[in-house]
Amino acid sequence: MFYQQLLNGLTVGSAYALIALGYTMVYGIITLINFAHGEIFMVGAFVGLALAIFFKANIFVTIIGAMVACMLLGVVVEKIAYRPLRRSSRLSALISSIGVSIFLSTLVQLIRGPQTTNYPTNIIQNSMYHLGSIQISKLQVMMILISALLMLGLHLIVKYTKIGKAMRAVSQDYDAASLMGININQVISFTFAVGSALAAAGGVLVGIYFNAVAPLMGLSAGLKAFSAAVLGGIGSIPGAMLGGVILGIAEITAIALGKSSYTDAIAFSILLLVLLIKPTGLLGRPIQRKV
Amino acid sequence: MDFIFNDYNLRILISVGIYIIMALGLNLITGVTGQLSLGHAAFMSIGAYTSALISMKLGLPFGVALLAGALMASFFGVLVGFPTLRLTGDYLAIATLGFAEIVRVLLVNMQFTGGALGLSPIPNKTNLYIVYLLVFVVIFAMYRIENSRVGRAFLAIREDEIAAEAMGIQTTKYKILAFAMGAFCAGLGGALYAHYITYINPIDFGFMKSIEILNMVVLGGMGSIPGTIIGASLLTLAPETLRFVDEYRMLFYGAMLIALMIFRPNGLLGGVNFRNLVFKTFKLNRSSQGK
Repeated sequence: MFYQQLLNGLTVGSAYALIALGYTMVYGIITLINFAHGEIFMVGAFVGLALAIFFKANIFVTIIGAMVACMLLGVVVEKIAYRPLRRSSRLSALISSIGVSIFLSTLVQLIRGPQTTNYPTNIIQNSMYHLGSIQISKLQVMMILISALLMLGLHLIVKYTKIGKAMRAVSQDYDAASLMGININQVISFTFAVGSALAAAGGVLVGIYFNAVAPLMGLSAGLKAFSAAVLGGIGSIPGAMLGGVILGIAEITAIALGKSSYTDAIAFSILLLVLLIKPTGLLGRPIQRKV
Repeated sequence: MDFIFNDYNLRILISVGIYIIMALGLNLITGVTGQLSLGHAAFMSIGAYTSALISMKLGLPFGVALLAGALMASFFGVLVGFPTLRLTGDYLAIATLGFAEIVRVLLVNMQFTGGALGLSPIPNKTNLYIVYLLVFVVIFAMYRIENSRVGRAFLAIREDEIAAEAMGIQTTKYKILAFAMGAFCAGLGGALYAHYITYINPIDFGFMKSIEILNMVVLGGMGSIPGTIIGASLLTLAPETLRFVDEYRMLFYGAMLIALMIFRPNGLLGGVNFRNLVFKTFKLNRSSQGK
């Protein structure tokens, strides 16, 4: 029973981790809490849905299609709503991201209507495997595998490519990096593209797993992924993964204990506790007070 | 007179007044003291629920209910203020957001608050005169606070917390004080709202409500009292005046926020000092005013 819940938690948590990565990367680079990220996740789920319905695409094609679409969306949003605000106060960028979030969720609502829709059942042949007393569905295996693969890919990009190196440099010191000849705009666009693509993959996976896609799903999922990012230490990529998994497990445990109406409160109680005990999160860098 | 003061216009005028009170409260926390709070709706909900329960269950007079709601919100402001003092900037914003979500989930799950169904019927006591009397009292109080010793301490904390501390300002004490006063206004606004709409429901006090109030402060110009009043009036009127575009109005609202931040990042009246403006226009000499 315990291992079963742990597994379910890990499945949900890996999807949260995918979304949390986008928050963490954007925060790490331009210290912006990107509230529109939850909406990118929602758009990703809808693009996947459209592909699955109209083109009868299988799960891999839907995920890749959603990732590409959201990658473009992320870059466009950055260009229109955040780039002109690069030099103004951080609060203006925050408000602008809230504007984007309202805009996108309303747009999808106008196109699709406010109701919740389901993914077609033929998208994945869902069979159950038994490992001792634990049940695991094919979908769960795929969710964990796909998330792990994407995160591994991200790790490789950040650690071993030239643009990854530039990303790390910019997050270390924005001005010094630009003086060293790094094209800041390109790096920020790339960060938004990667973060949005990961959120889109998370959106499709969550949409299939819970079998429900709605235009207003972005807000609560975004807030939860955001808590996951803070829990792990905002700005830290391994932290976001860890935070997502811990949050997923905590939530599933709450549901298993019959307290499902408290799941949101649990996510935020963990968040508050972490902030009070260790404000930088589990894997965060210490804050420096400059005098 | 009926043409101007019909039910529809009265309704809008009253909500404008209520939002002015709440936005001025947030302006004190965020605009004047510089502590970004994303949980203002929580204080509003505490005020609304406390006053509603007092009116409904105990049948005490309206004034008592208003005061109790505001004081209860203020009490919670202090309660939140204490543990979150160690946090600054974004971390404080996240903590207040978490607090607001926890309050909302508790309201949904508790018995005496009516759960997800909310509370009704609350006696309809709020009218135009009471609201605008309180609006003027709050505006007057805000001016008095800002130009007092306490207000200057708030401003010092906003400008540079470390320097303020070094000058002997007890930053902790003043930050709690700002939270308490801001929450008082939010609670007062919430209590007026509850007794006007006569029905309250936890959904009304979600994350988007906090954001809406924050938008009012930022749109008008942070730290500016006339700015906050204009911001609150404009954003309360915006959904009404955009009614001709009906379905698309939230789309416009989102786009409007982005455009405003790009073209006027400090808000409409950010950095505009009315006293200086008046002196400049009428070519008065500041020193002759004895200030």
